[in-house]
Amino acid sequence: MSMRTPLKNVRHLGSAKEGTTHWWHQKVTAVALIPLFVIALAYVISLVGADYDRVRYILSLPFTSLILLLLIGATFYHMKLGLQVVVEDYVHTESTKVVLLMLNSFFCAIVGLAAALAVLKLAFGG
Amino acid sequence: MANVERPLSPHLQIYKPQITMVTSITHRITGVALAGGTLLLTWWLIAAAAGPDAYATVNGFMESWFGRLVLFGFTWALFFHLCNGIRHLFWDAGKGFELPAMRKSGMAAIIMSVVLTLLTWVVAYSMGGVS
Repeated sequence: MSMRTPLKNVRHLGSAKEGTTHWWHQKVTAVALIPLFVIALAYVISLVGADYDRVRYILSLPFTSLILLLLIGATFYHMKLGLQVVVEDYVHTESTKVVLLMLNSFFCAIVGLAAALAVLKLAFGG
Repeated sequence: MANVERPLSPHLQIYKPQITMVTSITHRITGVALAGGTLLLTWWLIAAAAGPDAYATVNGFMESWFGRLVLFGFTWALFFHLCNGIRHLFWDAGKGFELPAMRKSGMAAIIMSVVLTLLTWVVAYSMGGVS
């Protein structure tokens, strides 16, 4: 027999109505970032001291673009979730908190998209 | 009520640092620092896409002593966040919560982050011929 009241069942997922979604997405991106980081690091090391043409060539390869786009997607989403928790933990003035949470979303979206666009430009030339 | 001798939440200044709390707050600090570091990665990608002049500018910064200092710190922050993040994933799976295991994994994360950072820079220097 369930000890939960009917009201409790109606109100499942908690006060934020998201349940464990935030936490779970943080974990999924964390796991994804482990291999992506290792591969990206190998790229960076291999490009140390390389001239512009070499860098440009490596960054135009399809596999590089794939890795970089996945890395950017996982990184900026993971970052948005993480910084959000930092704000929620330390900022207790409601108005300031809401503004900072918005700025966090904007910052991650803008920088992430800018990085992704650079990768696409490198991939398709121009 | 004011005179009740309740145990107080400890002030951080007089609290003996423990490996668990140090790694915990360092995870958060490195996370915030890495968020700033993404600007560096984005700048590099945009410069590479923009052309040789822009790329020369970003490369000039990265190769300056200040740029290298930032990159070195970035490297360590990445490795610490990675190593300690793996600890978090084990905790999420319900493993490694006993205090001795926690201290051991915490020490391992700290040591591994330093070793991997140094290793990365040694390999980068030896392969890239950076002088």
